Amino acid sequence: MSVQKSHRGAATLLMAPFFALFLGTLVVPIGYAAYLSLFTERSSGLGFGGTETLFTGLGNYLHALGDPAFRAGFGVIAGYVLGYIPVMVGGALVLALLLDSTLARAKRFFQLTLYLPHAVPGIIAAIIWLYLYTPGLSPVVAALREGGLTWNFLSSDHALSSVINISLWEWVGYNVVIFYAALQAIPREVVEAASVDGAGELRTALSIKLPMIRAAVVMTVLFTVIGALQLFTEPMILNGANPAVNTTWTPNMYAYDAAFRRGDYGVAAASSILLALVAALLSFVVTRIGNRKGAA
Amino acid sequence: MTATMTKPPVTRPAPAASRAPRRKPMWASKIAVNTALVLATAYTVLPLTWLLVASTKSLGDLSGNAFTLTEFHFFENLGDLASADGGVYLRWYLNSLLYAVGGAGLGAFCSVACGYAFDKFSFKGKEKLFGVVLLGVLVPTTALALPLYLLASELGVVNTFWAVFVPVLVNPFGVYLARIFSASYVPGEVLEAARVDGAGELTTFWSISLKMLMPGFVTIFLFQFTGIWNNFFLPLVMLSDRELYPLSLGLYSWHTVVTAEPEYYPLTITGALLAVVPVVIAFLSLQRHWKAGMTSGAVK
Repeated sequence: MSVQKSHRGAATLLMAPFFALFLGTLVVPIGYAAYLSLFTERSSGLGFGGTETLFTGLGNYLHALGDPAFRAGFGVIAGYVLGYIPVMVGGALVLALLLDSTLARAKRFFQLTLYLPHAVPGIIAAIIWLYLYTPGLSPVVAALREGGLTWNFLSSDHALSSVINISLWEWVGYNVVIFYAALQAIPREVVEAASVDGAGELRTALSIKLPMIRAAVVMTVLFTVIGALQLFTEPMILNGANPAVNTTWTPNMYAYDAAFRRGDYGVAAASSILLALVAALLSFVVTRIGNRKGAA
Repeated sequence: MTATMTKPPVTRPAPAASRAPRRKPMWASKIAVNTALVLATAYTVLPLTWLLVASTKSLGDLSGNAFTLTEFHFFENLGDLASADGGVYLRWYLNSLLYAVGGAGLGAFCSVACGYAFDKFSFKGKEKLFGVVLLGVLVPTTALALPLYLLASELGVVNTFWAVFVPVLVNPFGVYLARIFSASYVPGEVLEAARVDGAGELTTFWSISLKMLMPGFVTIFLFQFTGIWNNFFLPLVMLSDRELYPLSLGLYSWHTVVTAEPEYYPLTITGALLAVVPVVIAFLSLQRHWKAGMTSGAVK
């Protein structure tokens, strides 16, 4: 399409509102946090009477990185990602392919019921599951006990699996819907051609459909990793119920703790920035891996 | 849920053109496939069923046997919910609606306008600028909440409606979607024709393109609505005045006192149940819309 002078004004006008918001609520806050992360407040005495702001350069970053609690948070996230992503992506893919097969019935019903948990605010999902983990309140724990299984969801050993289960419950259906929508976009002729050539449902699913929705899968892995780094709400609810989940269990909890419990804005800003940097790095890695295996 | 992970045996629906022998009768595969789906559905639905049943129970009946229907206490719970803490729950509900409907409406409109401009106009550095938008998709929203708080406290707008409302407007992923929608829903010929007729670009966008982009707008709106409705971290950081709380934060504030004051158990449970309703409606309309959108996209 040719550019004319008259279009420039229109394009600018149409883009201006979004970019104003983008600057004000994304770029500026990050810049401001980066600036704040270079300073530290020293209170000389009690209360707010005499605080002085000192430039520390990378001091806050070194403080955060040197803090075993902050580093342990990334260890928790690593364990969470390794446990959660394969189960979530694998499960959502299998379910979406089943839904897309000619054998599935009541597709709309299944889509809706699988998606339902995603409609539940994360904080409420975490509360529901905490009640379902709590012995005496929970039918799940009671049922397991009837079957002769004692599984303590709230013991330190099971902290990670209990959090993963909440995330899985919230997200698996959402990703089924995303994958299913991608599968629907595959031209039907392609699928029909495969079946005319004698490919079975399973063969079609694995060799035709799966490669065609690769982009959607890579995107989902990417968003899931970014989401994992921000893990906050679910452990926040389990904090206090599960002894392993302390107030700095994940990097995000650490940053929150720094800002609101310790009142150390410099360290809070620094750990937020570090978290965003790790997210950016991982995004880059995931997209690179995604693009390397042939064009999606 | 390992049951959903095991792939059931699947055979093909042996079309007329294929002469390969069948391995298994069709009905067996059908049963296997649908059983797997039913099992997965049970996993997603049972906790919500528990929530539904629990909301009909009084505090005394809550512990013990969860799925047995005891005395039907739902309306009493509703009454308690309406009057608890001076009727603050209704206030939270209205706040959530305002944040989510207003925020998603405005935000989706900005995203659609911007995505449309990315698709239909060319200018220098366009793809670089679009790359910046995509980078914005990757910024973790929760990691952004603290910087936003620090900035808001510097500006003195912490604990105001705007502190929660403005940051949720921005939706880079919406711009990405809108660009795709614009490419598939708004044919270039339409713009050419409008130009020949002497209509200005903005007039064309407002009166012609926007109608064609409607399915895209609704999709972006509903996703954003859900996101804002479920938003917890930003309000948690920004708000201390409970009159401004959205539902998520309000229910959390109740949850934190349940151990000390168990009468908040039924309130939290019933309140949580009602909080889920709008997002379910949003999804249902999204589904309807997608069905319509698919056919309208196929025109030509």
